Amino acid sequence: MTAISPPDTRAVGAAASSFPRRRIRADLRSERRAGWAMVAPAVLLLAAFLIVPVLLGFVLSFTNARLVSPEPVGFAGLDNFVRAFTADPTFVRSLLNTFCFAAVVVPVQAGFGLVLAILVNQKIRGAVAFRVIFFIPVVTSIVVVSILWKFMYQRDGLVNSFIDSITFGAWRGTAWLDNPSTALAAIIVLSVWQAVGFHMLIWLSGLQTIPEELYEAARIDGAGAWRQFRDVTWPCLRPTRVFVLITITIAALGLFVQVDVMTQGGPVDATSTLVYHAVRMGYHQQQIGYGSALSLVFFVLVLVVALVQRFLTRDKD
Amino acid sequence: MAAHVVEAGERVLRRRRRVWIYLVLVGLAVFFLFPLVFMFVSSLKPDGQILSDLGGWRAFLPLGDISLRNYAGVFDRVPVGRFLLNSVIVTVAIVGAGLVVNSMAGFAISRLRWTGRGVVLSVVIATLIVPFETIAVPMVYWVSQLPTLVFQHGQVEYDFGWLDSYQVQIIPFIANGFSIFLFAQYFSTIPTAIDEAARIDGAGWFTIYRRIAVPLSGPAFATVAILTFLPAWNQYLWPSMVVQDENLRPVMVGMQYFFQDNTAWGEVMAYTSMITLPVLVVFLAFQRAFVSSVAASGVKG
Repeated sequence: MTAISPPDTRAVGAAASSFPRRRIRADLRSERRAGWAMVAPAVLLLAAFLIVPVLLGFVLSFTNARLVSPEPVGFAGLDNFVRAFTADPTFVRSLLNTFCFAAVVVPVQAGFGLVLAILVNQKIRGAVAFRVIFFIPVVTSIVVVSILWKFMYQRDGLVNSFIDSITFGAWRGTAWLDNPSTALAAIIVLSVWQAVGFHMLIWLSGLQTIPEELYEAARIDGAGAWRQFRDVTWPCLRPTRVFVLITITIAALGLFVQVDVMTQGGPVDATSTLVYHAVRMGYHQQQIGYGSALSLVFFVLVLVVALVQRFLTRDKD
Repeated sequence: MAAHVVEAGERVLRRRRRVWIYLVLVGLAVFFLFPLVFMFVSSLKPDGQILSDLGGWRAFLPLGDISLRNYAGVFDRVPVGRFLLNSVIVTVAIVGAGLVVNSMAGFAISRLRWTGRGVVLSVVIATLIVPFETIAVPMVYWVSQLPTLVFQHGQVEYDFGWLDSYQVQIIPFIANGFSIFLFAQYFSTIPTAIDEAARIDGAGWFTIYRRIAVPLSGPAFATVAILTFLPAWNQYLWPSMVVQDENLRPVMVGMQYFFQDNTAWGEVMAYTSMITLPVLVVFLAFQRAFVSSVAASGVKG
């Protein structure tokens, strides 16, 4: 990099830069070199710890690689994928659980987030304080949240004692996480509780880009609160909506920590998810090849979602 | 006169509406806060009292036999201080190195002309859609094969495998496509005339970056620092796979181990309170910056 240049070239540089198109070659070359040098650390790190692992994961998916193994890695063709879909009922169950989780969490979290955003966007005193309160679970570690809710979900835990007191003992709760029919629902509740504040803020930044004049015009035309929402707010939130839905979907498909901390996939696989199963097979059972194949299935799902996003954002703009 | 009555009626309506909004907001605030209040309060009580208080309001009030015994118990049982230190080291290194590496890359991409810039920019944007979970398993395999330098008997030797180290928790997370993107976006708002002027005065590009672009970009640095701080502090999946050595374990993984073989809920709640409190304090102190950072992260849609 040219830190200091002698006075005479400086004069040339000055003359050249007033005609940028005729910049002298040396200057362009130094700009190019500086560009490469400054981007190099980031590019090398991204290549080593993102691009290589992606490619490696793709390659390993077609092998029988193990983490610690005396035997050389062998090519296995599509064996891992065939095994996943035909001979591994836990995987199929995990896939279904993941879809079920996403199908509930995406609309609920997006909708709840929007309601919260509209509420804290009101011109009332204390709105900022409520915004901060709703965001507090987001900055709380999901590991902490999972442990805490596991305690609350016990048979004689806080959730059941609350249900007991509001129904005057008429309805007895179960041990939510030990019951195959309630465990996934229990995880859904705490996941939404933890993450919804984040999407509230995204919605809120979308709401604040809507010009106030649009609402004034709507009011002059006699639109009530609902009409204002339907005809002004909702159409104006289109870009935000796509972003919120896509980020929630991708996060929901990647459900892992809650399961790992609270249930380890149980009871009887009722809460096992795609990523949890991939980590269980790939890491705990050290079947790197099979685990990579399962991760690839997850990646393909994420890619599909991302492509849907591109399609949706390109569509009408 | 009639208009006056209408206006008064409207005011009553508006006030009634406001009361309703407040009621809903307060209800929601209770919903979002009660688990955390319960956690902090329980961390101060002996186990027996936590369970006997569950039935009523006492679960949320620091009443009865209140003490810091649970906290002392956690310190007796596991090296929490060490876990906290490890997390601080890893987080500071990721955030600090990330600010330097990603801002330089953002600067080069947004302000310099060099061959390959378009390709690099599209690759950086493409990396945004790769969730870490998709590469976690192959990455364990990958880092277990990487060479590492060991200092032994006064000389440098090589060894293979990055497992059980600080570097394996730090280096893979320094470069971040989203941070690069945010920096590039911010730097491109600084007028290029400043660069031209500095070039005329003989400043090299690195000097322009360090003396001009960086000092003008405080908000971008704050945003990136906040957005990388939380995931670094909360890292769980990755360290739980690559760190077995207790001396290198970060707080989240340490807590999971502590929790697995312990049903002394008072101590568990003390542990979770201890690692939640610092983040909460930082958040409340900088809540404005947090909120605008998250809002900035949504702009990319």
